[in-house]
Amino acid sequence: MSAVATVYVPRDSSARAVGADEVADAIAAEAKRRGLPLRIVRNGSRGLAWLEPLVECAAASGRIGFGPVQPQDVAALFDAGFPDPAALHPLSIGPVEQLPYLKSQQRLTFARIGLTDPVSVEDYVGHEGFAGLRRALQMQPEAIVNEVTASGLRGRGGAAFPTGIKWQTAMRAAATPKYVVCNADEGDSGSFADRLVMESDPLVLIEGMTIAGLAVGAEMGYIYVRSEYPDSVHTLEEAMQAARAAGYLGDNILASGRRFDLEVRVGAGSYVCGEETAMLESLEGRRGIVRAKPPLPAINGLFGQPTAINNVVTLASVPIILARGASFYKDFGVGRSRGTLTVQLAGNVRHGGLIEVAFGVTLRQVLDNWGGGTASGRAVRAIQVGGPLGTYVPPSHWDIPLDYEAYAKFGGVVGHGSVVVHDDTVNLAKMARFAMHFCALESCGKCTPCRIGAVRGEEVIDKIIAGQDTERQITLLRDLCDTMVSGSLCAMGGMTPFPVLSALNHYPEDFQKGSDHASRRNPQKPAAVA
Amino acid sequence: MSTAALDVEGAVERALERHRTRPGALLPLLHDVQHELGFIPPESVDAIARGLNLSRAEVHGVITYYTHFRQHAPAAHAVQLCQAEACQSMGAEALAAHAQSRLGCAMNSATDDGRFSLEPVYCLGLCASSPSMMIGERVYARVTPQRFDQLIGALEPGKAR
Repeated sequence: MSAVATVYVPRDSSARAVGADEVADAIAAEAKRRGLPLRIVRNGSRGLAWLEPLVECAAASGRIGFGPVQPQDVAALFDAGFPDPAALHPLSIGPVEQLPYLKSQQRLTFARIGLTDPVSVEDYVGHEGFAGLRRALQMQPEAIVNEVTASGLRGRGGAAFPTGIKWQTAMRAAATPKYVVCNADEGDSGSFADRLVMESDPLVLIEGMTIAGLAVGAEMGYIYVRSEYPDSVHTLEEAMQAARAAGYLGDNILASGRRFDLEVRVGAGSYVCGEETAMLESLEGRRGIVRAKPPLPAINGLFGQPTAINNVVTLASVPIILARGASFYKDFGVGRSRGTLTVQLAGNVRHGGLIEVAFGVTLRQVLDNWGGGTASGRAVRAIQVGGPLGTYVPPSHWDIPLDYEAYAKFGGVVGHGSVVVHDDTVNLAKMARFAMHFCALESCGKCTPCRIGAVRGEEVIDKIIAGQDTERQITLLRDLCDTMVSGSLCAMGGMTPFPVLSALNHYPEDFQKGSDHASRRNPQKPAAVA
Repeated sequence: MSTAALDVEGAVERALERHRTRPGALLPLLHDVQHELGFIPPESVDAIARGLNLSRAEVHGVITYYTHFRQHAPAAHAVQLCQAEACQSMGAEALAAHAQSRLGCAMNSATDDGRFSLEPVYCLGLCASSPSMMIGERVYARVTPQRFDQLIGALEPGKAR
């Protein structure tokens, strides 16, 4: 062991939100008190949320972990020998990379998270960083686009549109200037993969956007980050400065004579701005009102110019495709879903976190191999896949592979891969009502099916729950959902019916009057044991 | 804090200085004004509109469209509780009920002393550590009623921060 021990304490907000800053301070203070020289690196998060704050010590064999550590544990950790990686303490979890949760994943896009200091270019380059950009700088734009097309990469933000096709359209557009826009308005409950990229490995996003710029012929990129993610904004800004200083962004990227730079723009609490055209409106300084398509943003996008708009995870997947080649990436996955899916396991689950695996894994495998049961210890009753606009998936569908087409076949959506677990206290009529309520709150108001439909939907579900003319109201609700699906301008109104109808179809008992799962099964008021 | 004590004119002028020439400057500019003043006073609309060559209606429209922008002086500590699906699955509603009774104010309102405001927020991206909340710009996850009380207690008058 070297003279100065290195200790890692994550700076990601999922770690800070449970006390990582206080733990880092306590470790520094305790080391000082004991006269031990110590280097603390604020790394990214591994995405193992239940172990945060996950403190790691560098050892010859890899990293040794302790978690979840609270400030009051720190003195006892030192008593047990910390920061010597051989320290034994009840919070020891051993070699972090040997944890089955991590070892069983295929981390490509997220290969570096938790390993590196997110804002250190040196660290990034030491872990295969900028290899993709270096290769792209030697290639013609068509060749870059072809490589991305051949990899089979599809939009990871939810819509799953082939990224290469989108880039090709923007590349072929004649007008200049062109733009690259990163949609980092990750508003969907259950999803946090974009946030993890921005806070734990922001340089991979910067590299991906720069490659996109080279491919489509853009010299400027915008990252539209939601205001609910202040940590992401700060980490991105820091990483961009570091990249600029090291010559990876700016007027002359790696002395190639090529120019590309980035700007972070902060949203202001509007969910619908995650829709690409509403986001463009917002970037242009207006209310986030959805635009009708066509024109496609790839041809007529930001400030009326050709614009490649991609989600964070999509852009962050590009560097490894360029570095290792399209076929390497394409070899993962099933059917037309190539590469890896970033399952974001969330909600009522013991071991929530980021699970990057090849497409084709099933929900049951996710629950059994990673989830570790519900946090409440009760049975799982429903799982919402793909965010607030995704369906509630009942147990009968848990063996269907997570694959865009297989999910579409039963009316589900893989989306960005968020998996929100609900235990058996959930009331699906209430969740359906919430879906309509949320749509009413967040609708931009441009199209009638969404603006009015969501309000009416909430009212109709209230009547159903109250048992007023239930059969007719259910017919009305289905009719309303049909109108919203077919008549809305964007996914907000067009997909809000997905959770509503899946709740109604798979959990009809919750829509019967007097059926209150919440009170019948409330853990605080258990029903008498039969 | 009364509006009179605020340097509204100066705040707008400084923000215009920074952003006037940027394409799509309105949102970054409003963020700066709010950052400096705590909110966007209605009397600033005219100067912003003139500075960016927009109509007052356009500026007013943007301020009122986005929930993040405030038109009134905020409470000292803005508490935002996540009420989205993942947090709901972990008791966000019960936490909201607890928060309202602990603070003595309803959702979307502030305490009488103007110290705390309470608002729902729809997702902080901490869905694997639910329920979560934000106080000012700091996020907190795995928030139990006890942890909520501790965090709030530390921000009450007479308590060290």
